[in-house]
Amino acid sequence: MRQEILQILEADSRLSAAQIAVMLDTTEEAVQQEIRRLEEEGVIVGYHTLINWEKADRDVVTAHIAVKVTPQRGSGFDQTALRIAEFPEVQAVFLISGDFDLMVLVEGATIKDIARFVSTKLAVMDTVVSCTTHFVLKKFKQNGRIYERQNGDERPNILL
Amino acid sequence: MINELLSKRVQAIAPSGIRKFFDIANQMENVISLGVGEPDFATPWHIRDEAIYALEKKRTAYTANSGLWELRQEIARYLERRFGLEYDPQDQILVTIGGSEAIDLALRALINPGDEVIVPEPTYVSYRPAVIMAGGVPVAVPTYEEREFRLTAEDLLPHITPRTKAVILCYPNNPTGAVMERQDLERIAAVLSQHSLVVITDEIYSELVYGIEHVSMASLPGMYERTVVINGFSKSFAMTGWRLGYAAGPRELLQAMTKIHQYTIMCAPTVSQYAAVEALRNGMPEVERMVQEYNRRRRVMVHGFRSIGLSCFEPKGAFYVFPRISDLGMTSEEFCTKLLMEERVAVVPGTAFGESGEGFVRCSYAYSLQSLQEALRRIGRFVERHAKQG
Repeated sequence: MRQEILQILEADSRLSAAQIAVMLDTTEEAVQQEIRRLEEEGVIVGYHTLINWEKADRDVVTAHIAVKVTPQRGSGFDQTALRIAEFPEVQAVFLISGDFDLMVLVEGATIKDIARFVSTKLAVMDTVVSCTTHFVLKKFKQNGRIYERQNGDERPNILL
Repeated sequence: MINELLSKRVQAIAPSGIRKFFDIANQMENVISLGVGEPDFATPWHIRDEAIYALEKKRTAYTANSGLWELRQEIARYLERRFGLEYDPQDQILVTIGGSEAIDLALRALINPGDEVIVPEPTYVSYRPAVIMAGGVPVAVPTYEEREFRLTAEDLLPHITPRTKAVILCYPNNPTGAVMERQDLERIAAVLSQHSLVVITDEIYSELVYGIEHVSMASLPGMYERTVVINGFSKSFAMTGWRLGYAAGPRELLQAMTKIHQYTIMCAPTVSQYAAVEALRNGMPEVERMVQEYNRRRRVMVHGFRSIGLSCFEPKGAFYVFPRISDLGMTSEEFCTKLLMEERVAVVPGTAFGESGEGFVRCSYAYSLQSLQEALRRIGRFVERHAKQG
């Protein structure tokens, strides 16, 4: 049941425990209890809304910054990663295999905001060796959702 | 003038009385529909991709009459793996244009003028006309809500006569969502194996079962040699528009069907056949994903109708629920027309699927959860209003 609840909530976190209970053929209480446990254990970390900002009359610039980091004795990359994660303009931080170490997702209102963040906050950190900034030009799909669905239900209303 | 020239058989097929209702429903805007008998999912991308690739490779010619050899082999493996059925892809499997063609072929290969074909109802709309077109006489056998629309030997037996040539089974069933589990089939098989007749078993919904395992009629003792299995890709892999199905059965029957097929059809669409190979090889995880989604919606629908106060047996197959609406004092058709006009929800009157469908409506849950919930809200409002009046 746990996996199924997670799968359902990941697709649509607005479904109520009562609705999920019907879908999984169990009781509302059982679902509530399981969700509470998942939250307590930190399995469910948050409930968010996926927004296509391009359509919402607000300019948002997103950049993916590939960061090379000098690992530290004792903590490796963790300490630097967590320090970067504290900045409010940072949306995500991943440790990545390959040519660089951390992938940092940053959001700002303008390109200038992001440039300022990189030059005054990120690049100047002691353990950061280099930053390569990649600006997002267009988002096609995020969190498993394609932004522009080509067409809706084209089936006739009744078809036997 | 032309009217007089039309074949008596075609004229004998009664024009559907509810056609007008369908036409109205199909022309209306902003309708929340539960009226469609096909998946809402698009064909999984890897299957579509394979079709594009087939076109790029210029796979645009005819295939063998009975279908691409590769595909027949995959079908044979699939039937073995899923239902324990063994067929030789060489001469026991025929790839057709949807399950519909396979049904038509089987009937035409079997029927002599006046032969009777037993059709348990409510059931899919095409069997009756297909029997008539082949020169046969359809014999309706009603099934009942009390027995979850399962066919019983007692229902069946009185209708078997010396003229009975075939029985058409459709389980999981459209429109009721009824299934026949092993013991149900065994009881029928015990009767059928005593007679000289053929069972045409349309198992197009075989992958869409919930909490039970689909058993093929052909896998039961004494049935293999008198059963032709119809299946296809439309429902299981969400491939309705590709028009691809198949028949598997006894050699002599398949040879006769292939004869008709080669002169009328030549072969099933080539690109669809290549796509189907991919579906059978790598499509099962996507099928499971769709089944899980259907199952959740199914529970929402059954629970929804019961909360509204309509009697609704729990269907264990296909993607339909078949709630009873007769308690509102309306016929199926009245209910559907009023619901469409007053609440803009389209459902199908049970009578479209045979007389024994009176008092019921077919609601498909091949729709998004959001649409289903909105439809249930509207139906709830409608039922509340009319229950008060009644």
